[in-house]
Order: sequence, then C-alpha cells, then structure tokens
Amino acid sequence: MSGPTKPRLMQGNEACAEGALAAGVRFFAGYPITPSTEIAEILAERLPLLGGKFIQMEDEIASMAAVIGASLAGVKAITATSGPGFSLKQENIGFAAMAEVPCVVVNVQRTGPSTGVPTAAGQGDVLQARWGTHGDHPVIALCPSCVRETFELTVTAVNLSEKYRVPVILLMDEVIAHMREKVELPSPGEIKVIDRKKPRTPPEKFVPYQPDADGVPPMANFGEGYRYHVTGLIHDKMGFPTNKGPEIAGLVTRLTGKIEQNAADIIRWEGLYLEDAEVVVVAYGCVARSAREAVKKLRREGLNVGLFRPVTLWPFPAAEIAKRASRARGLVVAELNLGQLKLEVERASQGKTGVHFVGRIDGELLTPREIIAQVKGVL
Amino acid sequence: MLADIEEFYRLDRLPHIWCPGCGNGIVLACLVKAIKELKYDQDKTVVVSGIGCSSRASAYLDFNTLHTTHGRALAFATGIKLAKPELNIFVITGDGDSSAIGGNHLIHAARRNIDLNVVIFNNNIYGMTGGQYSPLTPKVQKATTAPYGTIERPFDLAKLVEAAGATYVARSTAYHTRLTTELIINGAKNKGFSVTEVISQCPVSYGRRNRFNTPAAMLEWQREMAVPVIKARSMAPEELEGKIITGELYRGHAPEYVSEYTKLTQRLKEEAEGV
Repeated sequence: MSGPTKPRLMQGNEACAEGALAAGVRFFAGYPITPSTEIAEILAERLPLLGGKFIQMEDEIASMAAVIGASLAGVKAITATSGPGFSLKQENIGFAAMAEVPCVVVNVQRTGPSTGVPTAAGQGDVLQARWGTHGDHPVIALCPSCVRETFELTVTAVNLSEKYRVPVILLMDEVIAHMREKVELPSPGEIKVIDRKKPRTPPEKFVPYQPDADGVPPMANFGEGYRYHVTGLIHDKMGFPTNKGPEIAGLVTRLTGKIEQNAADIIRWEGLYLEDAEVVVVAYGCVARSAREAVKKLRREGLNVGLFRPVTLWPFPAAEIAKRASRARGLVVAELNLGQLKLEVERASQGKTGVHFVGRIDGELLTPREIIAQVKGVL
Repeated sequence: MLADIEEFYRLDRLPHIWCPGCGNGIVLACLVKAIKELKYDQDKTVVVSGIGCSSRASAYLDFNTLHTTHGRALAFATGIKLAKPELNIFVITGDGDSSAIGGNHLIHAARRNIDLNVVIFNNNIYGMTGGQYSPLTPKVQKATTAPYGTIERPFDLAKLVEAAGATYVARSTAYHTRLTTELIINGAKNKGFSVTEVISQCPVSYGRRNRFNTPAAMLEWQREMAVPVIKARSMAPEELEGKIITGELYRGHAPEYVSEYTKLTQRLKEEAEGV
C-alpha cells in the first residue's frame, strides 16, 4: 500500500482499487462496463507501477478466465464488472468454485434486468451472486455500505478467497461506487493480508485436492515444481476426472461444506439499537445508509427500532436473523429490488415474526422517509 | 506407447477416452515429441486445453495441466502467461472449441501476438457430443445436425489467425507426424502467437457418415489431399479446391504482448527513478 493514510476524498470504486492493491492483488483483467469502470482505470494506472499486470480482455468471459489463470500462476487476481458482465462471468466463476481457485469478482450493481439502466443504482444481483452459476457451489458475497468499508471489504474479499480457495463476490452498488466520502485508510501495517496455504509435502507426495481439517486443500502454484491437473470436471483428490458416485457427492459436499464449516469466521454483520428493538430494519449496501438515518429518526421519536445490516450476504447470517425474529414484532427488509434478500430473511426467521418489505426498482435510492413509513405501518 | 516419450505422460491415467481409430493420440504424441525436442522443463511447462475430445489430452500429460471451460483455453492461458511469463505454454484445442465458442479469444490472442503455442486438433466435427457440424466441417459433409449435408461455409483457420495477427501459422495432418512435430517445434520457437492446425480424423462421429469406411481410409485421404505449401504456390485456386495445404503457411514479425508489457513496466520504473 503506497496510498496516503491522511484523510482524503475518495470514491467507492477508488477505495475498491486501493483495497485490492493493499491486499496484494497484482493482476487485473476486465472489460469496460458502467458503473465499475473506474476500478479498471485506476488499476490500469497503478498496477504497472507496482510490477503488477493489467489487461483489458476481449470480453467479460475472457477477463474471468484470465483472472483464474493468473491466480493459478500464483498472483492474486481481481476483476470488476456490473450486472450484464456478471451474467457472462458466471461460467468461469463456477470453474473457480469447482477448481478452488482464489479470485475476487467485484460486481457494481446497476438497475437490471438485461442492459437495464447502466447509470442507476440497483441491488438486483443478490440472488445471482449466490446462484448465478449452475450446480451446487460455494460462494462468499460481501456488501459494503460506505467508501471506507469498500476498502476494508475488498481486502477481506481477497483474504477470504485465499484462505478458503473460493471466488469471492464484492457486491457493490452504483451509489457506493460513485459516492465520494472523506476516508482515512489504514496504514499498511494495520492491514492483515492472508496468503493461500502452500503444500507441506514434496511434489511426489502431493495430493492436490486433499483437504486439511478446515476443508481447504493447500494450493500449489503453476511453475513451482508441483505438476498437477486442474479441471472443471468433477475430480478425485488427485484432480483427475471421476464418474464415481461417492467421489462426485464427496467433492460437492466438501466444496459447499468448507464455507458452512467456517461460517463463523466468514460471516460479518453490524447492528444498531438491536437490544430492545421491536422492529428491526434489515438493509445492506447503499440502502443501509437510508435505513440508518430512518432508525435514528425513529429512535428520536421514542420508537424502539433497530437496524440489522448483513455484511456477508452469502453466507447469510441466518442465526442472527433468527435471534431478532424471535424477539421482534416485525422485520422490515429494505432493498433496491422486488424482495430478493427478503426471501432469505423469511427463511431465516422461520415464521417467528412478520417479514415486511419496502423496495424501489426505479433506479433511485430508498429514502429514510420511505423506510420510516413502512416501519410505522408495522408498529 | 512410445518408450521415448513415456516420461511426459501420466501413464496411470491411461487408457484414454478416445475411440478406436481416433487421430488425437497421434497428434498428441507429435506435440509431446516437440516438447521433448525443445527440452522444456516439465515444471515450467503448462498445457492448457478447452472442452471437447482433444481437450481431454491435458489430463494425460505430466506438466502443469489446466482443463478449462469450453472455448476459453486461450483466455486462461493469457492470464497465466501474463502473470508468469517464464512459463512455456501450449494450448490444445479442437475445431469447435477454437473457432466457434472460442473464436473471439482466438482472434484476440492472435491480435496481441502473445507468446502462446496453440495446436488445433481439427477433426472437422464435434466428436464428444456425437457428431454435430463445426465451423470447420467442409460444405456438404454430413453431421447429426446437418443430416442433409451442411450448407455453411467453413473457416480457413490459418487465414483467419494470420489476418488477426498471429506471427506463426502452420498446418499439418495426423498422417504427417514428422511434419507435425517439426511445425510445433518451430511454432514454439516463435516469440509470439503460434498456431499449428492439425487435420485429424474422427472415424466414429465424422468418417462413418461421410463415406470413410475405416480410420485408415481417413489417413489415406489426409495423405492424398495434402499439398506442401511450396507446391501449392504454383497451383491454380481450382486445383487447390478441397486440398489441405501443409507446412509453414505464414511467419510474421510483430511485437509480442508480454514483452511489450515488460518494456512498459521497465520504462515506468526508469521514469520513476529519474533515469
């Protein structure tokens, strides 16, 4: 990290680029797409100065492929896109999940579906982040709601991808990406950087897909003496294709299980006034900002309202939601879609309380007033 | 198995999945002989492949091997090469993999002239899925999805990649094994994007629908149709109709992508140091 630690005015996309560099990312492959393009532009300028690599690929699919290739060669790699590009990247995101190649995909969400409204905010990719690629697969998705957190969560995203050998989605949105805030970045010494586990056995004894107790196998980089096979086919512990039922089930179970098993380490969330909250607003990303304002105003009016902000959308902090659901009179999910995370909140609250919803899909951010109105309806 | 190249195979992965009479094993042996001849360190060599019959070859080879998604081998390989330029990279791909679903990656890898060595196993058909026509299936030939004969025009892949910027373009056949090995070696020695298209035979999914009764008949056809490029230069276009022009078809000179990137970073470093 060569960036200044004194306060500066910074855009979300810029914080993302800085976070990537601070986490040790030295490879970016991407394709221009609004509203994520600044991340590519900044890294195009910075990476060559740091001995890193930047390449603008011929399409979104190729950028995802190049990122995986670079990571297999041992270089921490990231790409950035928005909805339409995220759709195209799904094929190779699945490959990264299957072959356990650490990488980070930033998706700066805009209004969808299809080409949608490229310059307007949206949160319509929440379920795509979880289930966008085919088959049962592991994924981690993090969602920042301010510029400084974008920096921090980009570092976290890279760290988690290295630690668990999984593609990590940084689910931003147009508001956070283009908003400027005064930010004081941590100094390099304060930033914890995690690198993938290296093999502890000599090459002749190396079993490429033999997991440790945490469910994660150590990873050998190409060119370092461990010659092994990487494939998107279901594979055995040596990495070779298999059609054997127990091996198929075993691999898929381990891949998804390594996230479940380590959920306590991965899951992040933030609460505000939750202790005595009769109504809990659940909001994330840019909407969490309006929700925070709404909750504060309601508190000033003497109403017992709290905010629950999931930071990891996937894995979802279901146990925490269940806790609030058993105490609250109602939950209000606020998001810029027609109720995507609401489904997950309903599932987590197991019918213990009413799950209400306030959303917008017109490209505009939900206002505190809209959230307040919905909360008062529940109270 | 050929004893002199056994050391480059993962013998425990055999038998392979290919049908009897398939040309993939022949072409693969040519590639392995080329790598042996080039004396590349196995640890520093990467074989990247896509999806399809020929792309399954990577698992049989004892290098760093990467079996990617359909059509994307070159995009993965681009990431590896740029991240670690010291690695020697061979890309194994088929006709459908390289020219249909992977066509965009093919022309852009050629445009960048990135130092990758591509061997295209062209059997004129989608073999793994049972014989559908590909962009390289010759016109009027039959396929399961062209039961009346294909009405589409095939690509001339060599011309395509030459026009897109490749600096080494060659063609051979599974019949011409020594030529194939020699061409792959020369391609690897070219600092830039090198493509060797090898016409191979698929007796099961292509041959038996198109009047080739045996694999040997297909190899015979390759021998008969092949015209060395030197001879072809003195032949009329109508004489060359349906022929396979073999040999080194094109050699160009252009800056190689990763070298250009390295130069850029070097320049920036010098500017920063005030040199």
